[in-house]
Amino acid sequence: MSRTHVNCEVNGDAVDFLTEDGESLLNALRDELGLIGAKEGCGTGDCGACSVIMDGRLQCACLIFAPEADGAAITTCEGLASADELHPLQQCFLEGAALQCGICTPGFLIAAKALLDENPDPTETEVRYALAGNLCRCTGYDKIVRSVLEAAVQIRTPA
Amino acid sequence: MRYAAPTTIDEARALLASDADAIVFAGATDVVPQMRAGRPEPSMVIDLKKIDRLMSVSLDGDTWQVGAAAPSSALTSNAAFAADFPGLTEAAGLIGSDQIQNRSSLGGNLCNASPAADSVPALVVNDAVAVIAGADGERRVPVADVVTGPGQTSLAHDEIVVCFELARPAGGTSDAYLRLIPRTEMDIAVVGAGVRISLDGDGVVSAASVALGAVAPTVVRVPAAEAALVGSSLDDAALAAAAAAASDACNPIDDKRGTINYRRQVAGVLTRRAAGIAADRIRTRNGQNGAS
Repeated sequence: MSRTHVNCEVNGDAVDFLTEDGESLLNALRDELGLIGAKEGCGTGDCGACSVIMDGRLQCACLIFAPEADGAAITTCEGLASADELHPLQQCFLEGAALQCGICTPGFLIAAKALLDENPDPTETEVRYALAGNLCRCTGYDKIVRSVLEAAVQIRTPA
Repeated sequence: MRYAAPTTIDEARALLASDADAIVFAGATDVVPQMRAGRPEPSMVIDLKKIDRLMSVSLDGDTWQVGAAAPSSALTSNAAFAADFPGLTEAAGLIGSDQIQNRSSLGGNLCNASPAADSVPALVVNDAVAVIAGADGERRVPVADVVTGPGQTSLAHDEIVVCFELARPAGGTSDAYLRLIPRTEMDIAVVGAGVRISLDGDGVVSAASVALGAVAPTVVRVPAAEAALVGSSLDDAALAAAAAAASDACNPIDDKRGTINYRRQVAGVLTRRAAGIAADRIRTRNGQNGAS
């Protein structure tokens, strides 16, 4: 098994780690960098629990070989909140009860952030399509969709 | 397993030639799930995404060059490409979630050689040519000739699909792709149908291409359906004849996604509808041109 030394930026911080070449970025984030927000649900790109934004594009970290991240900029759910304030998406998820067990939540937050970065004023249909790659077995999705729409309003019109 | 990220085609080919067990990948959206399902780990995975030519989407004169490793989202977000090939763009945009479309590629969709690959019928009806780099330089092969069976291609081990060449459609030509899945998003085609139509100034079909996915071991081109459409004004009789020809051309399997009879019937319905959508696109475009 070959090993690669990876330098990248995660949530704005320069980091480096040593990884087996066949390891996933998801496992590297969790096991080498201690960022356990992204979860492994299916491990095959179907459930979205491992969603991260890499170089501006929403992707499943389980499908990324860790060495691919060399030189990349990555955002995980740990990078959403500022020092003492939750991101509007996180606050709206809390207030809107958009989670129950919470396993899928980091992936939904990142997928929603990727959507709102591109489209600050999505329709409900656009939100549902944008979140189609994220599975939730608890909520039935409705509260997630409403919370994303509410966060979009708050981001567009800061208090 | 070793990971390699060459920055040139020659370097990638040399790596492949050096190791009979090595594979190339772009998004790994099929490779990783296959390994999780028990496919033996290759000795080396060669990442093609650092090679500029495989990632670029550009218009060179009247020919689009689509890098084989460019993500689907590079096509769906390219308004000029989507205007020329709305059906192919739809097909690329149907594959998986946003997360997948930011990694999945036309080259991967073709070389994974699934009978249900959504982009392949749409490439075939547009006469797409695969540019393949090998030991003796580059060769150009119609996309329809690349896949030889489920999981099988005509590529030699050390050959790489570099890009696809797509001639810009002439005026009065457009395409459409429809697939049936039992839900709205995130599924694999039960049947897929790509159609390209050309209309003359009187609204008569002057050329037609029909290709079906997920109804045979490889994509099926349907000359009898094309012949039924050409010379018609897409009247009910012509559309019914094309649908019947499409159903007859199917050689599907029975599986959990659909029975043989269901697939045959749906292939006809989708062919008929896709022909109508392609024709509507031409009329809409002509109408806009007339108004301007």
